[in-house]
Amino acid sequence: MKTVKIAALVLLVSIVSAFTLVKSDLGGYQIGDVATDFSLQNVDTKKVSLSDFKDAKGFIVVFTCNHCPYAKAYEERIMALDKKYKKLGYPVVAINPNNPAVQPDDSFEMMQKRAKEKGYTFPYLFDEGQKIYPQYGATKTPHVYILEKTKAGNVVRYIGAIDDNYSDEAAVKTKYVENAVDALLKNQDVPVKTTKAIGCSIKA
Amino acid sequence: MRSWSILLLFTGFLSFAQINKGEAGADLKPTRIYNSEGVKIASFDFNSFEPILHKNDDAIYVINFWATWCLPCVKELPYFEQINKKYKNQNVKVILVSMDMPKKVESALIPFVKKKKLESEIIHLDDPDANAWIEKVDKNWSGAIPATIIYNNKTRKFYERSFTFEELEKELSTIINK
Repeated sequence: MKTVKIAALVLLVSIVSAFTLVKSDLGGYQIGDVATDFSLQNVDTKKVSLSDFKDAKGFIVVFTCNHCPYAKAYEERIMALDKKYKKLGYPVVAINPNNPAVQPDDSFEMMQKRAKEKGYTFPYLFDEGQKIYPQYGATKTPHVYILEKTKAGNVVRYIGAIDDNYSDEAAVKTKYVENAVDALLKNQDVPVKTTKAIGCSIKA
Repeated sequence: MRSWSILLLFTGFLSFAQINKGEAGADLKPTRIYNSEGVKIASFDFNSFEPILHKNDDAIYVINFWATWCLPCVKELPYFEQINKKYKNQNVKVILVSMDMPKKVESALIPFVKKKKLESEIIHLDDPDANAWIEKVDKNWSGAIPATIIYNNKTRKFYERSFTFEELEKELSTIINK
């Protein structure tokens, strides 16, 4: 009987691990997955985790960087998102996923400089060793993950672009991120859950 | 006198309408043509560009999405140029689709094309609502560049990755030898 139990356990473990493997092969989170927390160094040299934000209702996690023209084009809009939504419970948490050995403009020192020059009001974290972005499945900068804090953890509710026009903010028709957070704040379903945008591939 | 002006008008129209004879974009309607420093580059929105992804002739098309600011793109560009040279006579057409921002075409793209003496066909794609068209290029594309399509009238392959010359040639050979 005991061996049967052990055999069943082994089977269960192998099934579960097989699923985990399949999941990572698909490249990161899908809508509804629970996102991992992390402890990454902020530009003020302090470590930041999602669990530090006791009062947050969720997060606007943005994989972004210094060098990418698309990230630069969206920089002001990312700052505006934090200004608007931090007080409503959805702060921006920015993460630079790039390896500075490949992209020197994205070094920690350059991040500190950029954050100071522009007066970032949100943490700008360094994914040292490039370990967190593959778990999320980010492929480019900027790449947004909106998480909702639930009892089960931080659930992924939106993945994709900030809006539908990187080059001209005045010509934007759909603000994907704002629409998603607005819906979550009203306990509604996110209208558009995934979008795609051109971006700079992450330099690992 | 009148026939002269008609002729002039006609040739003027031709040079406006044609990008470059024999190029994949030649029969398409660009949204704009940039012309500076002796380099002419046609700019398209996605709808006017899309037919380039679905040509139904005997050629093999190698279409690379890149930009002058994209380091891994610039690094692999010489390999696409090499393919263009080596396989031109085997009906392989390399098309380099620049995603540079419109205001950078004259200040960055054209000087780059000139400096690197690029010989492959260069097209500029400018359509900011990328979510509307990325999946029409390939459903597996996340939108990160570099990205490449190799296709002919039978087979189509999509790559969201960088290439060495050998890797690119190997991928091309799987379609040439089919």
